Parts: sequence; structure tokens; C-alpha cells
Amino acid sequence: MFDDATSERLHKDTEAGFIAIAGNPNSGKTTAFNRYTGARQHVGNYPGITVEKKEGLAHLSDGSTVTLVDLPGTYSLTAYSLEEVVARRVLAEDRPGAVIDVLNTSVLERNLYLSVQMLEMGTPLVLCLNMMDEAKERGVTIDIERLEQKTGLKCVAAVARSGEGLDEALTEAVKLSKATKGRIDPLVISYGPDLDAVLPRMIELVEKAKLLTDQYPSRWVAMKFLEKDKDIIGRCRRIDNAACDQLAAIAAKVEAHLRSTLNTYPEAVIADYRYGWINSIIKDGVLTGDSEAFERIALSDKLDKILTNRLLGPIILLVVLYAMYFFTIEVGQYPNDWLSGAFDWLSEFIGDKMADGPLKSLITAGIISGVGGVLGFVPLIMIMFFMIAFLEDSGYMARVAYIMDRVFRFFGLHGASIMPFIIGGGIAGGCAVPGVMGARTLRSPKERLATILTVPFMTCGAKIPVFLLFTGIFFKDNQPMVMFILTLAGWAAALLVSLLLRSTIIRGEPTPFVMELPPYRLPTLAGICIHTWERTWQYIKKAGTIILGISILIWAAMTFPDLPDSEMTMYDNQRASITAANEGKSEDELSALTADIDNAESAEKLRHSLAGRLGIAMETVTEPAGFDWRTNIALLGGIAAKEVVISTLGTAYSLGATDAEEDQSLAERIENDSNWKFSNAVALLLFTLLYSPCFVTLAMIRQETGRWGWLFFSLFFNLILAYAVAVVANQLLA
Amino acid sequence: MPATDKPMTLRRMDVGQVATITGITADGEMGRRIRDMGLIPGIKVQCVGRAPLEDPVALRLMGFTLTLRNREADFVKVMA
Repeated sequence: MFDDATSERLHKDTEAGFIAIAGNPNSGKTTAFNRYTGARQHVGNYPGITVEKKEGLAHLSDGSTVTLVDLPGTYSLTAYSLEEVVARRVLAEDRPGAVIDVLNTSVLERNLYLSVQMLEMGTPLVLCLNMMDEAKERGVTIDIERLEQKTGLKCVAAVARSGEGLDEALTEAVKLSKATKGRIDPLVISYGPDLDAVLPRMIELVEKAKLLTDQYPSRWVAMKFLEKDKDIIGRCRRIDNAACDQLAAIAAKVEAHLRSTLNTYPEAVIADYRYGWINSIIKDGVLTGDSEAFERIALSDKLDKILTNRLLGPIILLVVLYAMYFFTIEVGQYPNDWLSGAFDWLSEFIGDKMADGPLKSLITAGIISGVGGVLGFVPLIMIMFFMIAFLEDSGYMARVAYIMDRVFRFFGLHGASIMPFIIGGGIAGGCAVPGVMGARTLRSPKERLATILTVPFMTCGAKIPVFLLFTGIFFKDNQPMVMFILTLAGWAAALLVSLLLRSTIIRGEPTPFVMELPPYRLPTLAGICIHTWERTWQYIKKAGTIILGISILIWAAMTFPDLPDSEMTMYDNQRASITAANEGKSEDELSALTADIDNAESAEKLRHSLAGRLGIAMETVTEPAGFDWRTNIALLGGIAAKEVVISTLGTAYSLGATDAEEDQSLAERIENDSNWKFSNAVALLLFTLLYSPCFVTLAMIRQETGRWGWLFFSLFFNLILAYAVAVVANQLLA
Repeated sequence: MPATDKPMTLRRMDVGQVATITGITADGEMGRRIRDMGLIPGIKVQCVGRAPLEDPVALRLMGFTLTLRNREADFVKVMA
């Protein structure tokens, strides 16, 4: 599960007392973790999967430090989600010295369901009764001493937002860790006569075959056979398949018995008895008061009357989404421009200091523009994650999923898919990079994957210059309308492809949509900032390394091989003769005169390069779509970054670097080029909309899905789809 | 309409109505998820709202709010 280095480090920490923080989502677990560690935290992913792994250092009151690991927020420790599998593996394999179990006191009953399961695993717990202030407002009183007596656990009243009680909880956890060395006798509760009767025999089998007994209590492993836990049973089968057959046979027999006599099955019985145990504790004088009479819930309900109202709800949702889009893309444009300005300046500065040649070209055109391209997205990502964190922490994001779910479910998606779509360009001008990253808010793996793979079909900001250029030429009279239709086409493509994927390669029942709607809360600024920064940093690290490599590759493909000496000499001679004929003129005037020759040389260089040759070779394939070699090179370059399409077309048309909005000459060239007709222009528009995502997006798809396979799938599937659509459009309209 | 003790599924509950869960008919992953969230026999639930397109449904139980789709609500038997 973990790479060796991580494991080793965690094991070292164990000796010094590494403490884990566990709890339900919305229990204030992350707030507590942030309070403990501040900015001293490290966020990564568990290798190969996308579950976030957070670690940090906390200071104790005596000045010593202790490593904290924030487990993923889960409701249970079954194998329902990756988060749950990860949480229980950390508990079993990395063995924290003790666990601080953060509970939402107002929802104590359900929160204790996770605690019971940790106790069954033999994990030493400190119960951190969080949101004590809210519980008091609700009129809920907890007899802490009695709870301690009944559970035998240290219990601490806390308010994580203000930090109250957190020091005490940590001190107790460290004490517990020293006393227990990370293991206590597992909690044994009765699961009723039928299961209790078969468990001893099952435990015997587990112990004899040593099924994971070095990590988990044997009774717990036996129970997993009754619960039909795929993860654990699969791992046990690799140890002793025959013993597992015997265990499965016992489980099947008792299940058949339960079904015929009580119309139930082992998993349900186990859950009922766990809740029964919880009830026997909290109903016995521990918890008093009516948790329903509660102001915050009352306020939350009032807000929901408006925010999820049949009519107002969707309208408010659209306004919020538009505002998010506006701030991310429109406001983010300014810092984005400053950054790219800074990189242009750097490129020029270094260019001036260096002699012409491949090295200068590598540094300015390859490295600086590549890194600049990656860092240019940073403001967008920071702004977006800041707002997403606000919406998530406030509780509104759950309502977004609630309102939109019915519509998106039809396409095999999830209500929460709407947000990544909008950010990715659902409103023209978004960006697929933050869009793909924004899909993190989805908890259902299949729906999340379908969202990640379809976000790139939206009209991102980098596709727009291409659309503007060609609609400006071929749809002079109704350009805005056509731009709008292209945006809708992006939506149609995303939703239909999602429907296709969800009924083919990502097939499967929709993930159960059983989701908590937490009461509305005002998020803490520190929490949002930490959240924003950790995600941005992850982006810079991951994208930075991959993109740097790829931009150097692309640069090389468009630069080498160089023109043969004879042709270089020809251009040099032409320039020399112009210079000679205009002796006495200033350097600026001279360079204006030789610009045509420079541009012709660049075009010829591009044609001669590896990318150029590829473009020419591809003409046979792209001919049905109506693309010539110039378009091919531009589109190839567009896989690096869609912004490159126009500038490469400019170079290929011997225009030097071209900006679609300022310089009209490229439009004129294309208009006068007899190769460009209405049919292949439409084909190009559709191709640009649909084809392979840019490399930054691809790198994010790799990061967010955890698999290279999905990167290649996106690259080729979208390419083939776009090609098919472009060919059909070109042939039909020709 | 007089309040009678009639068995039904969660889907049929009106907004505002209170009922007691009598059984969960789903097993496997769905059943596990439903139970993990606290929907177990004997628990009182109140239907507090429905999404604009009537689905999913929002419930109040044990002091928190839960939403589930109608197709999942069909697995939860209640007695009003």
C-alpha cells in the first residue's frame, strides 16, 4: 500500500509516538488537524490512488513534537470506499500509537459507529467530543465521566474551531500511545446467537491459517468473512485459499440460515448489534436532551427552504456557478497576464544575454515558455480552490449535488459534476486544468472518472482564439451565435461521451447517493487558505515536472532537424543583399525590411522539422477532414497547449508569431487560401473543440485518476472522436 | 386523512412526515452504505425536503440531515 520510504518513516515515527486523527466527514476532523499542525503539514497521495494523505507536526505543551496523520474522513471501516480501505490499512499496518477520534457531539450516535469499529480492531482511542458548543446550544448534555466509565476510554470535550480541548486530547493520546504501544485488547461485542455460535470456529480457522493475524485481531478477520469484505477476503485468499473456502462456507451457511429464519443476513445483524451497543452506552444516562430543538439546524433549515427551493434553488445555483466561473477565469486573467508578462520579460532578458543558437532557443522557447505555461495556471487554480473550499466548508457544495443530481444521473454522472464542467469551460472560456482538479469534490469513483474524462470537451479559454479566428472568417454575420452553439456542442459532447463511457468501459450501477447535508457553517479563513495552498502546491510539483519534460520534447520536434546549410546560406544571402542595398538605414528599418525573409525562413524551418514532416506525412490521413500540413502542425502543437494552434498556424503561413485578435493578416491569408472552404473550416472548429486535451490537462488526468492508462485513453479516444466528427462534417458540407 | 400505521417505503413519505424504519431490504454495498449512515430499524426519520426534480429526498435522523436518491429510498421500509 505504501512505498518503502513512507512506511519506514511512519514506522520510525511509531516509536516516537505517531498519532492518527480519525472521524466522520463534517465532524471537524480537518479543522482539528489544521489547529494542531498549522502550516506544518505535508500533503501527498497514497501511492497509486487518489486518496489524500496528510501528515504534520504538532507541538505538545511540554515542548516536544509528535507526528500527526490525518486519516480520510469516513463513516465506517468497511470496504465501501477507497477512503475507508486506506483508513483501516493505516490503522492496521502503520499502527499509530493512538488515535484521536473526533466526534460531532450533536450526532454522537452515528459518529460512534466508526469508533466501535476501531475498537474492534484493537486501536487505542481518545474520544474528542467536538462541537461541544453546538451540542450545548441544542440542549444536548453529555455526562463525560459516565461515558468514560462505560467505554473505558478517555473522553475530552472540545471545540476544534477555537482550539478548546485539543491540547488535552493530544496529551491524552500521547500518554495512551506510550502506555499501549498502539495495541489494546480488541472490543468484543455480541452479534446475537446465530453469529456468536459460528465465530469461535471461524476464529480458530483464521488463527490456524494465520490470515492477516499479524495486523488484525483474528475475530475481526473472521467477521470480515461474515461481512463479505472483498478487500480482506482477497488478501486472505492469497495466504491460504483452502482455509478461506472453509470460512466462506461457514459464512454462507449462517447467511442461508439467517435469511430463511429472520429474513436478514450477517452484515445487517452485525450493524444492528453495533448500533445496539452504542445505544446501550449513550441511552444509559450519558446523553440527555433533545437534539432536534436546535437553533443552527433551525437556521440551516430556513436557508435550505430558499437555497434548495424548487424554483429559487436552481437560479441561485446558476448565479453561484457563474460567479465562480467569473472569479476564476475573468479575475484570474489579471495575475495570469502579469505572470506571463514576467516570463516574456525573462525570456527576452536571457535572450539578449545569450548568443543565438540551439541553447538559447532551448532555454527561451523550450524551458521558459514551458514552465511559464505551467505557472500561468497557478492564479486560476488558487482562486478556484479558494472558492471551492469555501463552498465545501460552508456546506453549499453538498446542496449543489442535491439539486443537480437528477439531471446528471441520467448521463451516468453525479450532481456534483456540474462544478468541474462549469470551471472547465461549461461557460465558454474556462480551463480544463482546474476543471479536472475540481472533480475531487466527487466522492463516487465511477462518476468522478467519467467527469474527469469529459471535462476537456468544454470550450476552454485556449480554444477560443481558434474559434474566433475561423468563425470571424466563415460566419461573419452570426459569429456570436456560432460561438454559443460551439459551447453547447461542448456540453453535448461531454454528456453524451459520459453516457457512452458509463455504459461501456466505466459501466456499473451508480454509486449509492447517500450523502450528509451538513448544517451551514461559516468556514474558517485559515482552513480555506491551507486547503487552497496544499492543492496549488501539488499542482505546481506534479505538472511542473511532467510539463517541463514535454515542452522540451515539443520544442525539439519543432526545431530539429535544422535546414540544410545550402538553404540557410540562401536566406543569409538574401538578407545580406537587402542590407547592402539599404546602407545607412537604422537597424529597426532594416529588420522591418528583412522580416519577410525571416518569416519565410521560419516557415521553411518548421516544414523541415520533425513536426513539419509529421504534418506532411499525416496529410493522407487528414485529407478527408480537409486539413493540410499547416493545420496538422498547428493541431499537433495544440496538444502541447491549445494556445499554440494560432501561433503555429502563423509561423506555417510565414507570418511569424501571430495574435488572432490584434493581427488580422492571418485571417486574410486563410480567407484568400483556396484550401479553406466552409466545410473544412467547420471540420476544424469541431476538431478543435473535441480533440486531445492539452498536456497540462493530460498530466492532471494522470494525477487525478492515478493511472497512465487514462491519460492515453484521453489522448487517443478524443483524437479519434474528433477526427470522425471532422471527417463527417467536411464530407457532408463539401 | 387519519394517521394509520401503514407500512411503506421512504420514497412515499410526504415532506414533513415522521416515520420509523422497520427494515432495510438492500444488501451488499448499497445496504452497507445505508446502514453505515445510520438508517437502521427502530430509528425515527423525518422527510425534510425534496430536490427540485423530486429526487433525491432529504431526511432528518439522529440529529443530522441525509439525502438519498429515490431508488435507494425504495430499500428502506418505514412505518408512518
